[in-house]
Amino acid sequence: MVKIIKLNNRDFPWEEGLTIKKIMEKKRYTFPKIVVKVNGKVIEKEDYEKTEVNKGDKVEMIHLLAGG
Amino acid sequence: MDIKKMRESHKLLAEYKYELGKIERGYANRTLYVNISDNTISSKPVTETMKEKFVGGKGFGLWYLWNATSPSTKWDSPENEIVIAGGPACGITQYAGTGKSLVCSISPLTGIPIDSNVGGYFGPLLKFAGWDALEVQGKADNDIIVYIDGNKGVVTIEEAPLEAVDGHILGEQLTEMYADNEDDKRNVAVVTAGTGAEHTRMGLLNFSFYDPRRKTTRLKQAGRGGIGTVFRNKKIKALVVKFSNVKGNLNNAYDQSIINKTGIKYHKEIHDLDHLQNNMRKIGTANIIEVMDEYDLLPVMNFQYGSHPDTEKIKSTVFIEKYITQGVQDGCWYGCSMACAKAADNFTLKTGPYKGQKVTVDGPEYENAAGLGSNCGIFDPAAILELNFYCDTYGIDTISFGTATAFAMECYGRAIINKEATGGLELNFGNFETAVELLHQMSRGEGFGTVIGQGVHRMKKMFVEKYGADADFLFDIGMEQKGLEYSEYVSKESLAQQGGYGFTNKGPQHDEAWLIFMDMVNNQLPTFEDKAEALHYFPMFRTWFGLYGFCKLPWNDIVPEGNQYTDEPAKVPEHVQNYLDVAYGVTGKRLKVSDMIRESERVYNFQKIFNIRMGKGLRKDDKAPYRSMGPVTKEEYESRQERYDKQLKEIGYHIEGKTTEEKIAQLRKYREDQYEQLMDAVYKRRGWNSKGVPKIEYLKEIKMDLPELIEVVKDLQ
Repeated sequence: MVKIIKLNNRDFPWEEGLTIKKIMEKKRYTFPKIVVKVNGKVIEKEDYEKTEVNKGDKVEMIHLLAGG
Repeated sequence: MDIKKMRESHKLLAEYKYELGKIERGYANRTLYVNISDNTISSKPVTETMKEKFVGGKGFGLWYLWNATSPSTKWDSPENEIVIAGGPACGITQYAGTGKSLVCSISPLTGIPIDSNVGGYFGPLLKFAGWDALEVQGKADNDIIVYIDGNKGVVTIEEAPLEAVDGHILGEQLTEMYADNEDDKRNVAVVTAGTGAEHTRMGLLNFSFYDPRRKTTRLKQAGRGGIGTVFRNKKIKALVVKFSNVKGNLNNAYDQSIINKTGIKYHKEIHDLDHLQNNMRKIGTANIIEVMDEYDLLPVMNFQYGSHPDTEKIKSTVFIEKYITQGVQDGCWYGCSMACAKAADNFTLKTGPYKGQKVTVDGPEYENAAGLGSNCGIFDPAAILELNFYCDTYGIDTISFGTATAFAMECYGRAIINKEATGGLELNFGNFETAVELLHQMSRGEGFGTVIGQGVHRMKKMFVEKYGADADFLFDIGMEQKGLEYSEYVSKESLAQQGGYGFTNKGPQHDEAWLIFMDMVNNQLPTFEDKAEALHYFPMFRTWFGLYGFCKLPWNDIVPEGNQYTDEPAKVPEHVQNYLDVAYGVTGKRLKVSDMIRESERVYNFQKIFNIRMGKGLRKDDKAPYRSMGPVTKEEYESRQERYDKQLKEIGYHIEGKTTEEKIAQLRKYREDQYEQLMDAVYKRRGWNSKGVPKIEYLKEIKMDLPELIEVVKDLQ
């Protein structure tokens, strides 16, 4: 079975112990205004490190700048 | 400076006295017309139709410009106008970002209407002096100043032979001249250009505000499209307005309490959240330099690349720690708690006529750092500040200068032009000395600087005709469209943003739409229809700011707590409601979001038809340089090979055994086709036909079927 999650509706490899913080580091998502949701539930910034992501989860990392 | 002598040398050409009047619900209900050819000055009434169809600000500017010009009007025709208008919300002091003016003219770069928004005190003080807009037409014989005394109700046109032309000096001179004393300086606002605006097509306008803490005149810029060039071509040295009694209720709002309440809520957000979000109060828009680099969006070396290891040297914290004065309330209008008009004080200039002087540099904003810095391969913060300073004081648009210089640097690097063409200048990427010398040449009106000052569009033609350059290649790498240089974002990986630049009215400026994160990173716009919806909503939403006199930055450069729980966090719904509440408070009009969009649709389509009337504005004019869509050269492709190979595989192209050139060609075919399909979807969503022409039935639907507009589009249906 392929071990993936959906990150912003694209495939992203899953690994044991994958957290929101780790995903952001791997993707180099450094922008300060990102809304994070796992399966539709908002995750607060202080919970990024402890929030583990499971295989098949749907993760959204919505960058808010829409203006320039 | 001998201010007394300067003032004594003024020759009065015309004087006009007027009743001071009163503002009602954000409108003075009249506008000021000044003709500097025949030295006539008059007042025009603001009609209910003007308010209904055009609202104010950019709407009024475009309407007056339309009436003043004909299809054959050129930027330097006497009938071309410069119109400055604030809008009904302009001058509010209880909400952030409410001091904006919109400036409209026929552009020397594009030949079509340009609109440029700017802070500073001129727009609000103009309104408080009794005028919703200032319309300047004609050409003077000698350098003149138009002075509006909003305390006494007098407008004069005066020859002004002795004052400087460069913005930072002239701003100081005229502030000193027209203020009664130090305290009175904040009541004087000055519009200037600079010496460089005289010799290029990319001149800007500086709008001043006096900074009592620094005891200096600060400058904000109406940068895009060369309005400063029009200004100097008309021999306008400056526009000055004076009004001495700014208070919080001068707009005579319909419901002041809702404005106050909304403002207090917003100020608290800024106080509590800015340091956790964008740091606008510490560094302004330059906070995103390193963010853009991280996401491969920072233009590097003429938009070839989106990041560079040396960005570390020009990241925002470098400016904060070494250059930008902290702890100062840097708002460009009263009551702006966002306070992003940052400045580097006591900056010692290393070059040019002001070498050795300590100056205040207004900036850098993101566009300056990216355009003057990374896009030209210059990763030195002091160099960026010096270029920023000289662009401003010489009256040169930092974006057009940065993009045009980057283009010339690439041409030089590829031996398309050589030292003979540049007059001996070593025009390689990263060469600050050459970049700043180009600016000095623009100021002096000599050398290769004046060639760059013609902009990318004309340089391309010149390099083909004079040096035998490959026209197709220059079209690919020359980052201009409709004659205007691209602003400073790499749009290669965001189809929506390619449209966000390519389908604009005035040319590729990001103030209509910035969709890169929504599209490329968030993947929120997967279909053509999704992209088209965004390319309808955001340009209309953002047009609205310019109708009312609002600044865009307080909308989404900070977001409220709880924004993440809303249905559409990217739109920042609470802040959209704030704007609707403030607009209601001022005008008494209770608008919904759909009404807001409709108001913008009217003006947006008016501008579109104005373009068509001037000979642009059709589908062919929305064609974009390929560098805005994908890798033009082998180096670009191979620098991000994994990304491009992956996309080719996804679209079913077998990359095995293919050369880079073959892959580039295949990718290009695909991406250009995507752009065309997007164009179809966007045109449809915007109510236009496949030629890019607004349909008459749509104009009727939005109540913009004015006979003069129908006349332009009827044969293009």
